[in-house]
Amino acid sequence: MNNIFVYCEHENGRVADVSLELLTKGRELADTLGCRLEAVVLGHGLKGIEKELAKYGADAVWVADDKELSPYRTLPHSAILCGLFEQEKPQIVLMGATPIGRDLGPRVSSALYSGLTADCTSLVIGDHTDNKSGKEYKGLLYQIRPAFGGNIIATIINPDQRPQMATVREGVMRKEEAKTPAKGELKTIDPRKWMKDTDLVVKIIERHIEERKINIKGASIVVAGGYGVGSRENFRLLFELAETLGAEVGASRAAVDSGFADPARQVGQTGTTVRPKLYIACGISGQIQHTAGMDESSMIISINTDPEAPINKIADYAITGSVADVLPKMIKYYKQNSK
Amino acid sequence: MKALKIVVLAKQVPDTRNVGKDAMKADGTVNRAALPAIFNPEDLNALEQALELKDKFAGSTVQILTMGPPRAADIIRDAMFRGADGGVLLTDRKFAGADTLATSYALSRALVNIQPDIIIAGRQAIDGDTAQVGPQVAEKLGWPQVTYAEQILSLDEKEIKVKRRLDNGVETVTAPMPVVVTVNGSAPDCRPQHAKRVMKYKYARTATELQEADMDYLGTLHGDRPYLNIVEWGVTDIEADEVQLGLSGSPTKVKTIENVVFASKEAKKLTSADGDINELMKELIASHTLG
Repeated sequence: MNNIFVYCEHENGRVADVSLELLTKGRELADTLGCRLEAVVLGHGLKGIEKELAKYGADAVWVADDKELSPYRTLPHSAILCGLFEQEKPQIVLMGATPIGRDLGPRVSSALYSGLTADCTSLVIGDHTDNKSGKEYKGLLYQIRPAFGGNIIATIINPDQRPQMATVREGVMRKEEAKTPAKGELKTIDPRKWMKDTDLVVKIIERHIEERKINIKGASIVVAGGYGVGSRENFRLLFELAETLGAEVGASRAAVDSGFADPARQVGQTGTTVRPKLYIACGISGQIQHTAGMDESSMIISINTDPEAPINKIADYAITGSVADVLPKMIKYYKQNSK
Repeated sequence: MKALKIVVLAKQVPDTRNVGKDAMKADGTVNRAALPAIFNPEDLNALEQALELKDKFAGSTVQILTMGPPRAADIIRDAMFRGADGGVLLTDRKFAGADTLATSYALSRALVNIQPDIIIAGRQAIDGDTAQVGPQVAEKLGWPQVTYAEQILSLDEKEIKVKRRLDNGVETVTAPMPVVVTVNGSAPDCRPQHAKRVMKYKYARTATELQEADMDYLGTLHGDRPYLNIVEWGVTDIEADEVQLGLSGSPTKVKTIENVVFASKEAKKLTSADGDINELMKELIASHTLG
C-alpha cells in the first residue's frame, strides 16, 4: 500500500507545530484514501518521540537517530529520505514550508523526479481526467496555492509521478490531536544504510538560533501595517496602538519588502497565517497573498485612505482615513475609557 | 587563488509586488500586461555576491544564465551594466510550460556546457516564491547547496565559508567547491548600473535581437566587438533530453486557475472623524473584543 508520509521537524526534542499540523491534515487525507499515515523523524536524541506523533494520528513513525543528523544539514537528510521513499514508495509526502522544508523538499523531489508544490494553502483529495488522453485518475492530491503574487489561485496536481510532494507553511493547517490515537509503531532506520561519507561534506561551524521573540500567530489582536503606512517611523504608531491594546504588530509583504517591518512580522501566504479575534489592517490594500493569511480573523477593521481598497470587501468595519490620523484617536479613546 | 568562473542564475519576472489600480481590471482580476517585467529582486542580491567575488579574485568572470522568452535578454544587459561580463539566454519553444523540475533540468544542461566554479542564485523568484530551482539545480549537478546565504565570508579552491540567515538566527557553514549558493534578500543590495558600462554594453544583443533589429550598423558593430554578443541557446545547444523539458518534463500540472475576485461582504463604512472612531472603540470595548 502506498501511504502518506510527513517529514517531521523538531528542536530540542519538541516536535515543530507545523509538523503536527501536517499530521492532522495527513490523518484526514489518509482516512479519505484509506491508507496509513507515517511520520519520519531524522535527528539525534529522539527517544520516545513516536508517542507524541501517535497522538496526532501517525500509524507508524520512522526514526533515524544519529549525531550527524542534528542540527539539520541538507545532504544527510535528503539521502535518507530518498532511500526511504524509494523503499516505501509513498503516494504523498508533506513537509513544512520552513527554512528546512524549503531546502530539503526540492533536493528530494529532484532526485526522485517527483513534483513538488510549495506553500500550499489547501490540500484536498480529488479525481482528474486528462483532457488530451482522456485518462482518468482517482484520488489525486489537489495542491492548492495562490500564485502570481497571490492574484490567482492555482490547483496543482501530479498525475503520473510519485510521491506527490507539497509544502505548507506553519499555521495554515489546524493542529488537532486525533480522536482515537494511532499506534505510532516505531520503525528504526539505520542511517548508514543510505547516508554516505560524501553526504557529510558541509560542516556547520557556528550556529546562533534564538527562541522566536515575535509571536503574531498566538496574538488575539493583531495590528498590521501595509505599504500605505508609508515609513518605518509611521509604523511606530502601530506599535503604540498594539502596546495599548495588548496586541502584536503584523505587516504585509509590501511593508516588509520596503523595510518598514521585520520579516518575522509578515502575515500572508509567504508569511504567517493568523486567526485573531481582531485584525486591524492599517494601510493594507488587501492582495490575496496577504488576505490568505488573515481572512479567518473573527473581526477585521480596515483603515485606508482609499475607500475602494480591496481589503474593505472582507472587512467588518472600513474606516476611510489616514493611519496617522486614526490611530492616535483610537489610542486616546482606549486609554481614557478602558478599565 | 585562481580566477573564478562564476554563473549567476537569474529570472525576469512580472513585478507582482505592487499591483496598483492600473493593473486591476474591472472584474477584479489582474491585467498581467500592465505589470512591468523586472530583474527578480533576490537574483540581484545574488549578482552582487558574484561581483564582490569578481572584485576580489582578479581575472574572474561573471555570467548570467537565464531561461525565458527572447525579451529576457533585458536582464542580461542590465547585469552587464552593473558589472557582469555577459550571459546566456536559454530560449526555445520546447522549454515553455516548464515547472521548477523541468527548468532545473534545462539549466543544469546549460551549466554542464559552461562548467562554472561556483553558481550563485537568488533564493526565490517573486512570481512563484517556490525557492526550488537552486536546490534542484544543485541536485542535478550532484553539487552541495548552501541556501539562505547572506554573506560569502571566504573562498578558496577547496572550500567556501558562508553566513546563512535563518528564520530565528544565523548559521555559518563551510562547503566544498564547486557549490550552489542561493542568496537571501537580506544580503547587500546590488550595485547600480555604471554609466561607462552602459555606454560600452548598450548594444549587447542576442542573435535573435540582431535579426529583428535588421540594422547593418549593429551587425558590423557586433562583428568588431564580440563582447556585445549575448549567447542564445536552444534545446540542441544543451544536448537536452526533450522528454525532460517543458510540459512533458514537468511532473506538476496546473489543473485549474481561478482569478481572485473578492466576495463582497458589507463593511460598515466609517470616517476618521472623532465621533466615528470613538463610537467604534466604545462598541469594541463593550463587546470585549478589546480588553
